[in-house]
Amino acid sequence: MSNIANAFKNGKAFIPFFTCGFPDMETSKAAIKAAVDNGADLIELGIPFSDPTAEGPVIQRSTLGALKNGVNTNKIFKMVKELRQEVTIPLVFMTYANVVFSYGGEDFFAKCQEVGIDGLILPDLPYEEKEEFSALSEKYGVDLISMIAPTSHERIAMIAKEATGFIYVVSSLGVTGVRKEITTNLTEMVEEIRKVTDVPCAIGFGIANPDQSKRMAQIADGVIVGSAIVKLLEKYGKDAPEYVGAYVKSMHPRNLL
Amino acid sequence: MTNPQGRFGIHGGQYIPETLMNAVIELEEAYNHYKKDPQFQQELTELLNDYAGRPSRLYYAEKMTRDLGGAKIYLKREDLNHTGAHKINNVLGQALLAKKMGKTRLIAETGAGQHGVATATAAALMGMDCVVFMGKEDTERQALNVYRMRLLGAKVVAVTSGTATLKDAVSEAMREWTTRISDTHYCLGSVMGPHPFPTIVRDFQAVISQEIKSQMLEKEGRLPDAVLACVGGGSNAIGSFYHFIEDEQVRLIGCEAAGRGIDTFETAATINTGRVGIFHGMKSYFCQDENGQIAPVYSISAGLDYPGVGPEHAHLHDIGRAEYVAITDDEAVEAFEYLSRTEGIIPAIESSHAIAHAMKLAPQLDKDKIIVVTVSGRGDKDCAAIARYRGEDIHE
Repeated sequence: MSNIANAFKNGKAFIPFFTCGFPDMETSKAAIKAAVDNGADLIELGIPFSDPTAEGPVIQRSTLGALKNGVNTNKIFKMVKELRQEVTIPLVFMTYANVVFSYGGEDFFAKCQEVGIDGLILPDLPYEEKEEFSALSEKYGVDLISMIAPTSHERIAMIAKEATGFIYVVSSLGVTGVRKEITTNLTEMVEEIRKVTDVPCAIGFGIANPDQSKRMAQIADGVIVGSAIVKLLEKYGKDAPEYVGAYVKSMHPRNLL
Repeated sequence: MTNPQGRFGIHGGQYIPETLMNAVIELEEAYNHYKKDPQFQQELTELLNDYAGRPSRLYYAEKMTRDLGGAKIYLKREDLNHTGAHKINNVLGQALLAKKMGKTRLIAETGAGQHGVATATAAALMGMDCVVFMGKEDTERQALNVYRMRLLGAKVVAVTSGTATLKDAVSEAMREWTTRISDTHYCLGSVMGPHPFPTIVRDFQAVISQEIKSQMLEKEGRLPDAVLACVGGGSNAIGSFYHFIEDEQVRLIGCEAAGRGIDTFETAATINTGRVGIFHGMKSYFCQDENGQIAPVYSISAGLDYPGVGPEHAHLHDIGRAEYVAITDDEAVEAFEYLSRTEGIIPAIESSHAIAHAMKLAPQLDKDKIIVVTVSGRGDKDCAAIARYRGEDIHE
């Protein structure tokens, strides 16, 4: 079992997402620390990719902004190494397959292990293509996080059976970004998953307000929030960490249930 | 590999979000069913013949042959198809398939606008809704095609994300598909993207090489020595090559867009300058930087202005079955003007890349050799841009 299980041992987990290096490396580090200080249980660290096909406009803008500032994979590994001096909660990368492939799969996973990354989310690596990196994931103890979507239906059991770390339950169709309403029958989806595995489930995509956070936490083991946090960084820039901290506190399901 | 038929050597695959997996599986099942259905095939053949004007002509370019003084040159006239390019072959196939699957809405990406126009045309014909994603920059460069699509009843979305060109139009169409799957078919325009698209699009374009083969046997009683076609994603090229892949004596030559040169950053010659990567649902060659960020590409031709190439081409390159050469803007523009002047045929600037290579190759070959060049589209759409390139400002 990986370190990721620790994120779920204190009850419902809150998982914020950050685009590494947005608006700049220092602010992004400070914002991550603010989230940790305010109870975040696991952090999703986005490595920017030029063409993030699963992201909505907010995260797209942040990745392009970070790339324009010269952020790259090695600089992010360095940032994680620095973060690790203070942060002990599980950290997972979220990026696209080409970033890992281009770095060299073996080198990438080895480096993840070295700096203390616990898992990897690749939205363009579905079950059918997992072999691309699954041996490396095992070798270096870095979980490849499986995603399950509202369209997965009969695929749920197949995916869940082999899932490690946690399962990323996609709340609704479409790309990342704030939504007014989440209409998918998530209770049913999580029940299907529960039939085959005990790996924790966290729900993400479109969660932005405490009401949604509370409702999702009643269904699953954790709540993932991305675009709403990136928006704060976009809006407040260098002053964002303070706002991020307060927002994490307001959204954390343990403070709501 | 779980899904071996989605692979061409190491290339291909299905690198897409889980949200889309059932959609591509459903598409593959439907395609495998209908491709064996005689009624589907008959309906498609009727559309291709009576609506699109197939078979397209194989024309002996006698003046060009004489002028270049070497191999005999034949032109495969895909420019004579309805809507003016080879794109219609694939679109009629996919639209008919989508209709059989119960879909009522087509979405598509487009670069120069040819695939968008073809999709809008098929949607109008079959009574389907249509939304075309086009990079904002391209909507400005190809305003006439935007108007054509709207005239045909399609909605055109100007994509402002990323570099606002073809790759971003593909990304945006993929995003739209994840948002709305149940009634929508993504009518991908080239032999790229996740399995089964590279196979489906190839099969619908393979009619080109099927016809070349029988027309050549009829006219010359033998196979050609070389087949040339331009390559962006590579759909007209794979269509032109497919039925010759087993005929090892036929050279297959893909002509990529070198832009301002393959030693510059302003190029779109993916096989010549890129390296293996994973993007837009497939493993293949991509123009990218050392961190795996997809590179902005450039070519005078909006239709070849794409940072990747279809996985089957990547494989044909790996095994040495096909050659991929790079043609600069200058060479393509010269070929555009040359074919217009010499044969009275104005080729698309995309197709002009293949013509340009024929101009280099033919003189090197003996007079008893035969080469076929696919003219994938007509060049009317390019006249204003080429005039600008030559310093003449004309209004469309």
